[in-house]
Amino acid sequence: MSEKVLMKGNEAIAEAAIRSGCRHYFGYPITPQTELAAYMAKVMPKIGGTFLQAESEVAAINMVYGVAGTGKRVMTSSSSPGVSLKQEGISYIAGSDLPAVIVNVQRGGPGLGGIQPSQSDYFQATKGGGHGDYHLIVLTPASVQEMADLTALAFDLADKYRMPAMIMADGTIGQMMEPVSLNEIEPHPVEKPWAITGTGMARKHNIINSLYLDPATLEQKNFERFGRYKEVEANEVRYESFMMDDADYCLVAFGIAARIAKNAVAALREAGIKAGLIRPITVWPFPKEAIAEAADRVKAFVSVELSMGQMIEDVKLAEGCRKPVYLCNRTGGMIPEPEQVIALVKSLEGGEN
Amino acid sequence: MPSLFEQADARNVLILPLLGSRKAEAPDGPSAHFKEEPASSGPLSPGRKRVTLFCGHYGSGKTNIAVNYALYLRRLGRAVSIGDLDIVNPYFRTRDSEDELTRAGVRVISLPFANSSVDLPSLPPEANRLVQNRSEDAVLDIGGDDRGALALGRYRPYILEEDCFDMLLVVNFMRPLTRTAKDAAEVLLEIQEAARMPFTGIVNNTNLAGETTPEIVLSGQQEASQLSRLTGLPLYMTAVHDSLYDTLKGEVPDLFPLRLQPKY
Repeated sequence: MSEKVLMKGNEAIAEAAIRSGCRHYFGYPITPQTELAAYMAKVMPKIGGTFLQAESEVAAINMVYGVAGTGKRVMTSSSSPGVSLKQEGISYIAGSDLPAVIVNVQRGGPGLGGIQPSQSDYFQATKGGGHGDYHLIVLTPASVQEMADLTALAFDLADKYRMPAMIMADGTIGQMMEPVSLNEIEPHPVEKPWAITGTGMARKHNIINSLYLDPATLEQKNFERFGRYKEVEANEVRYESFMMDDADYCLVAFGIAARIAKNAVAALREAGIKAGLIRPITVWPFPKEAIAEAADRVKAFVSVELSMGQMIEDVKLAEGCRKPVYLCNRTGGMIPEPEQVIALVKSLEGGEN
Repeated sequence: MPSLFEQADARNVLILPLLGSRKAEAPDGPSAHFKEEPASSGPLSPGRKRVTLFCGHYGSGKTNIAVNYALYLRRLGRAVSIGDLDIVNPYFRTRDSEDELTRAGVRVISLPFANSSVDLPSLPPEANRLVQNRSEDAVLDIGGDDRGALALGRYRPYILEEDCFDMLLVVNFMRPLTRTAKDAAEVLLEIQEAARMPFTGIVNNTNLAGETTPEIVLSGQQEASQLSRLTGLPLYMTAVHDSLYDTLKGEVPDLFPLRLQPKY
């Protein structure tokens, strides 16, 4: 029997990180991700790991930078305002080609915003956030089980491509409790010959650095890095396609919004309207081909988001102006009801008759 | 392995005289009838105390049980106030059930900023009513873990002076940090230390949400009995979702049916 336990989304991330071999966690408390740090604080000391509450988010991400350089699996977590503070460090980690896992359990913004769930850090996560040419692998869980599974995947992908990976969740998925199976999660360590682990007088020094004053060298570094990003785009796109085979209307939604959209699809189907859902699991790399392919068949797209409309830009880029793209959203910590999605799609269907 | 009392002693001598000093007392009156089940002791009996505090590891189901328990007392015809004193978690609050509680005639006292977008742990002045108005029953929903129990400090002198309370540890053995009686005993000691009040009983709330089976409840029951032996605290009741009540009522004593709070 695959044994399950009842966990909060935030706890599932923490436990999955530990089972993935993460023994270093640095963070600073912020609602609604605090259970993640609390879990690490309870468990890490018992297993010989390090939990450290840093003096700030900036300090925490730089501690992550340091441990990542030694090749150890390392994590930090925060919520929106805290993740903004981490951006400089994330850029340095990306610029030094280091693996690390960063968790953002999003809350409403901008500014100090609120403490209720949100998805309005999409631009920040997928379009940079910090300065310079770089990407993060961005994974968007839609259940507590995925909080665990995608955390394990984030560590593996970060190691494989030597780049930071982000779990981009929201306050609801972080706080909700669902049964989880953690049995399949185990560490998959890789060789890290670049890590600073002591030369043993047997090899040349490894240097961890993002400073290249010679522009030609820096350009070359960026070219190499983007070569790896191309591989990520070719190999690591993940999405779920739900009732898309004969769909006239394609909802696009991730995380908590996808759960709402799924309910809406079921209700619309009952009302005789052929709706389907593409749920990006990675939002970088974005499932461009799935959207492009759907554009040939559907009448319209509806991007369902807990923001003023951020992912909708990627949907439009992917479908290439072939079909109209509508936004169905709430923001500031509010959550759209399935009824709002249903009403919008029904109005589209009605408009054609 | 040192006994729990020795561990407690090592942690904080203050705990020693508190722990187990208020073991199960015989109910004062005849057994109450709860859905045909005689309740031999504990909160389901007329011998229950005026103030009932639900404490435990966060996510153990305290709020849900507190809400259901207040509604139950109300159905028995008691005047009841419920106090949401959870200073830890701004999501999933007693206030989520405020309408239903108010309709049933339960007075709801919650934190001024609960369920708002203000993350400000503060205690409402009306909460004094819970410990000072001795003419009505009070159900207190305390925040998770030792941090949550700190909020009790404000009310502790009144509760101890009246000495008519049950402080119950809600435990779900399907939660990752309370998988065994020993894990739960650790949480119990941490909370007791923070609250500076003695537990008087255990509430088994072992469940796996929608995937709960009778076997899961029964295995939780075994672990809860072990916790009871370890601590000397009686197992007061076992909470199960309404849908499992009929299946389990012959097998588990003091079974308490729960309807779930609404969620997103």
